[in-house]
Amino acid sequence: MLSYALRRIAGVIPTLFIIITLSFFVIRIAPGGPFDDEQTLPPEIKANLEAAYGLDKPLLEQYGRYLAGLVEGDFGPSFKFKDFSVTELIAQGLPVSLMLGLSAVLLALLVGIPLGTLAALRQNSPTDYGIMSVAVLGIALPGFVTGPLFALVFGLHLRWFPVAGWEAGELRYLVLPVVTLALPVIAYIARLTRGSLLEVLRTNHVRTARAKGLPERRVILKHALRPALLPVVSYLGPATAFVITGSLVVETVFGLPGSGRYLVQGAINRDYTLVMGMIVVYGSLTLTLNLIADLLYGWLDPRVRYD
Amino acid sequence: MTDQAMAAALPQGAARGFWADAWRRLRRNKAAMVAASLILLIALLAFIGPSFSPHSFDAIDWDNMAVPPGGPNDHWLGTDRLGRDLFVRTLAGVQISLQIGLLATLVSLCIGVAFGATAGYLGGKIDNIMMRFVDILYSLPYIFIVIILSTLFERGNIYVLFLAIGAVGWLTMARIVRGQTLSLKRKEFIEAALASGVGTPGILARHIVPNVVGPVIIYATLTIPQMILFESFLSFLGLGVQEPQASLGSLINEGAQEMESAVWMLLVPAGFLVTLLTCFNFLGDGLRDALDPRDR
Repeated sequence: MLSYALRRIAGVIPTLFIIITLSFFVIRIAPGGPFDDEQTLPPEIKANLEAAYGLDKPLLEQYGRYLAGLVEGDFGPSFKFKDFSVTELIAQGLPVSLMLGLSAVLLALLVGIPLGTLAALRQNSPTDYGIMSVAVLGIALPGFVTGPLFALVFGLHLRWFPVAGWEAGELRYLVLPVVTLALPVIAYIARLTRGSLLEVLRTNHVRTARAKGLPERRVILKHALRPALLPVVSYLGPATAFVITGSLVVETVFGLPGSGRYLVQGAINRDYTLVMGMIVVYGSLTLTLNLIADLLYGWLDPRVRYD
Repeated sequence: MTDQAMAAALPQGAARGFWADAWRRLRRNKAAMVAASLILLIALLAFIGPSFSPHSFDAIDWDNMAVPPGGPNDHWLGTDRLGRDLFVRTLAGVQISLQIGLLATLVSLCIGVAFGATAGYLGGKIDNIMMRFVDILYSLPYIFIVIILSTLFERGNIYVLFLAIGAVGWLTMARIVRGQTLSLKRKEFIEAALASGVGTPGILARHIVPNVVGPVIIYATLTIPQMILFESFLSFLGLGVQEPQASLGSLINEGAQEMESAVWMLLVPAGFLVTLLTCFNFLGDGLRDALDPRDR
């Protein structure tokens, strides 16, 4: 297990390196540069600007410099947000995005697992059908549809929560974005839990537990639900990737000062360093979280053995 | 009937048995059939509906700006802030969504099947390298790759957009096809083909690919809504279809900005998008049950 864990952890670094290299060169082949929109710029000044940012150097040299900067935690200057470095921009936004994502995953677990369990225990009842239909809808509805709808109903009409904005520490600004982000994850976790719990309920060890007279509550919680939650654990990796992606939309819809919007703005402005910085940060985030989910799975499931 | 015609008809006859069976199972699935009819209906509406309206998708009606649906004019679903007809604009958006959904799925299907079948059949070191590549791309959220690719080209070119979207959708397809191929290649009929001197490309094209059609169709149906979603997602963020062109995503974005005063601008495109996505998901589930009865 330990050697497997170490090998997996070591595997993350080359993956990240390949991702950085690929995206660096792909972004640079793209036509157009960060200073193209400023049409009034005389060519000499543009050349000076490019020289100041090192953009006139050969591509390989720029790549070398970028890597050297990364090792020291320096993502370079942003081309569009002129007085900020990419590191500063991300350091500002990332806590908001992380809080949003973690709350959403937590909410999804707290709501999704009980819903799925309930549906499985009442299989083929109206409760089951009700929960599963809502789940299908929850998976089919994208955040950029549910977000504005929630804002419309709970923000504008019922006036329960603010429609947009952010004040640090004020939970009510977090409610609608987190629910929007969590909804598809809740639906997916409910479906996963239901499906795997139904399978586990048919296994021999559950029958044995019932046969020796354990109360039903204990059979479900201790003997059935624990193995049934393994697929949910392995879904946590993709779920975090999904939540990270979703935060791009949710931050746009609810006007939150997270870091997700920098990826979009960076892409629109061809702000090379900003896009690269976002890819490095979010890429290592997903890789790490996937890794944790995998290791957690191996730790929880006694049948998984690594050599 | 000549011998040749007989020989050509025989394997097809055997195949028809399977497809007829699947078709019967699919027809019994009410949700899937309703979904399929709705998709057809929306597609028909999207492609011929606009010709019934007197308005074009980018024409500005100065007398009817931001009017709600059902007003005393011929804007059946109202107009937007600039007085453009929402019925025609939404249907134009549906057209783009459907086209991109289908084309991107086709792209991802071709790459995925070719890649997966090759990796699975060749096996060994080549398989390892090829699948490692897939793993690496997998580890980044799809949308990151799409955003990087979308910066590569001039914005607003929807054909480049669908290529970019299709270029990331093939990863899962490649994994599925590879898995199937691994189990297929040990079967006797492959050995027989090898013994009779068929080369690797021949075996792949004639014996492997036709046998993975079932799972590929299922996954492709489930890929279409994903692709539609990607396109809307990008257009919503402003990275996809550009003004005055409309896509469901960009219309939803405009609608969300105007929802305080013109809620129909949000509800009309959102309604179409949600219906399409739900229908494709139901159809995909139905096809899975129909083509893969083991899985029930």
